[in-house]
Amino acid sequence: MKRPDPRVFQIVSLGSLLVYGMAIRGFEVTPARALLLLATALATQWACARAAGVGFEAKSALISGLSLCLLLRTNSAALAALTAVVTIASKFVFRFRGKHVFNPTNVGIVLMMLATGQVWVSPGQWGNVALLAFLIVCLGSLVVNRAARGDVTVAFLGFWSMTLVARALRLGDPLTIPLHQLQSGALLLFAFFMISDPKTTPDSRAGRILFAALVAWGAWYVQFKLFRPNGLLWSLAAVSLLVPLIDRLLPGSRYDWRAPRPTQRRHDAPPRSVPDLMPASAGVA
Amino acid sequence: MRRLAPFLISCLLLLGWPSAAHAFCGFYVGKADTKLFNKASQVVLVRDGDKTALTMANDFRGEMKEFALVVPVPTVLKREQIEISDKAVIDHLDAYSAPRLVEYFDGDPCMRTDYDRMMTLGGAPRPQAMAAPAGARAKALGVTIEAQYTVGEYDILILSALESSGLETWLRENGYKMPQGASAVLGSYIKQNLKFFVARVNLKEQAKSGFTFLRPLRVSYESPKFMLPIRLGTVNADGPQDLVILALSRKGRIETTNYMTVKLPTGQEIPTYVKGEFGPFYKAMFAEQVRKENMRAVFVEYGWDMGWCDPCAADPLSSDELKKLGVSWLDGEAAVNPQARRPQFMPGGGGTNAYVTRLHVRYDAAHFPEDLVFQETANRENFQGRYVLRHPWKGDSKCEAVDAYRRSLSERQEREAQTLAWLTGWNIDEIRKKAGATAQKIGDLGGRSLWAWLFLD
Repeated sequence: MKRPDPRVFQIVSLGSLLVYGMAIRGFEVTPARALLLLATALATQWACARAAGVGFEAKSALISGLSLCLLLRTNSAALAALTAVVTIASKFVFRFRGKHVFNPTNVGIVLMMLATGQVWVSPGQWGNVALLAFLIVCLGSLVVNRAARGDVTVAFLGFWSMTLVARALRLGDPLTIPLHQLQSGALLLFAFFMISDPKTTPDSRAGRILFAALVAWGAWYVQFKLFRPNGLLWSLAAVSLLVPLIDRLLPGSRYDWRAPRPTQRRHDAPPRSVPDLMPASAGVA
Repeated sequence: MRRLAPFLISCLLLLGWPSAAHAFCGFYVGKADTKLFNKASQVVLVRDGDKTALTMANDFRGEMKEFALVVPVPTVLKREQIEISDKAVIDHLDAYSAPRLVEYFDGDPCMRTDYDRMMTLGGAPRPQAMAAPAGARAKALGVTIEAQYTVGEYDILILSALESSGLETWLRENGYKMPQGASAVLGSYIKQNLKFFVARVNLKEQAKSGFTFLRPLRVSYESPKFMLPIRLGTVNADGPQDLVILALSRKGRIETTNYMTVKLPTGQEIPTYVKGEFGPFYKAMFAEQVRKENMRAVFVEYGWDMGWCDPCAADPLSSDELKKLGVSWLDGEAAVNPQARRPQFMPGGGGTNAYVTRLHVRYDAAHFPEDLVFQETANRENFQGRYVLRHPWKGDSKCEAVDAYRRSLSERQEREAQTLAWLTGWNIDEIRKKAGATAQKIGDLGGRSLWAWLFLD
């Protein structure tokens, strides 16, 4: 039986979180802004696909657009639209041996934060409501399991928890502090929807675990050594640059959205339509 | 023995005296001058890049010699980084950003014109307590007195320590009454490489200064750390405490990154009888919103470009006043951004290119285990905590519109009652009773309203 495309789950999950965030949590994003981001992402995908001579792939663009709705904050509609353009275009521009270098949403936001100083991310917007955390974990698990990238999520959460607990132990802080830090909606969203992007994580499991460890270390460095916010995003963008190296040291088989679980691919799996050129990445929250 | 009030501990926040409410096509109605929030403290936090200026408002009313303050700071402060600030300026900023009650008066339905006026809730900051210095034993305890200054009426020490028990012993031996459990928190701060700013009153200097109150202290430093240490204040605290942060920044709104920052409900129409109970209303509403967020949020009460206001609870601060609070980026900039001005609301001396964020948090150790960490965003959207009273028309004109007006009025008043119940958690029947009583009084002038008919005997 044909497995459903994990990106469909992803779209439904991110869409639900967005509706929840807007309706219940008062996210600072209006329906008009959300539409603008989604439309711009789709239009850019269409234009880039045309320019690159590949087929139009709406799902990935929708995922990137929804992720931007969840994360990107700015007073300027023009900058919001520009971020969507940068996000989608990054998939076509930053490529190495047929693979995206960066998670599109991640690099779109990071570049715009660096370049303009007028966009930001509100990591506190999710609060740490247990119910919401539960929802993110459930929806996220579905997505990462379907995409067979649960390992990077679990590894990252493991490393990050260890980092926070170790810090608390070193400082003599009560464990309520790392627990509070771990109950962050922003962290769970990152772990289940962004770092797990199968198109930008290393190909092998060992590589992905190494990748998760490096991202956790980088995030710790940004947050507790440099004292800057959004350590997770900065770290992921920086560590993504090392993925080609990790893939070289620890090779594995390349991910294809159409044929998940590459190591177990059966002979009757459908052939890739446009192998390696199809920018079918999920840019995720 | 001096009582120590570790940073941000028990003070009182009073309802203040907003200066004349100009602006706003109306007139100032009154002031709320009852005590509002118990155990509240207030700070002004100015941030520009990595530069921070922190002013601790202080309305300590006890014995001056009992006053003691211990604040963790990121760097060893030099003499010029510590200044006495002007309490009047803080009160001004407080009044400017205070939640406000606005009144509108329904006009003659036959000839529509509405009036309005406003009152505000100003919070005057309250005091803290502080502690004492001393000498040679420090070294033996692993405590280093990095610097020692007398600034205004304060004796100030900057301490660093190797370990918490030494610091705690030193503080105790020098007359600081440390709460049980403070040691672990001090230890954490020491390992995070923070220094300790310790102040007490120099009675001689205090007498010389001629002031009968303790003036605010301002410390400035450059560090990427953008946080407020609240943990010392939660050790052994007797119940939750309130903290009002008046943040000034160049770029835009300040928010917390490790706690949710949410806007308070605003713009709601509520029954007119609240005019006489604005203090209790605001207090109840705040408590109810804290409850709804499970006491895990920091609330935005005001966020505005200091260049103007609408309506103005008080004039925007002048450049000189902002400088007194540590705003350093105004030199070379036009004092006021002319585009930002709304002429009708711009008092003379005007505002500047600074953005003010007023955050209010109720916290305790269980819900706020970590210190508050902030980020400056580019968000320049305006927000104000504003609550609206709409007084019914009391005239006796006769036209078709009057009947329609009266019908809509009773619906509106029911809606207002429900809004108030939702905002404050107050009992809806009580509200209806009280609002009904008001409506009846109005009825004396304009005929008995349907509202009164429905809800009064």
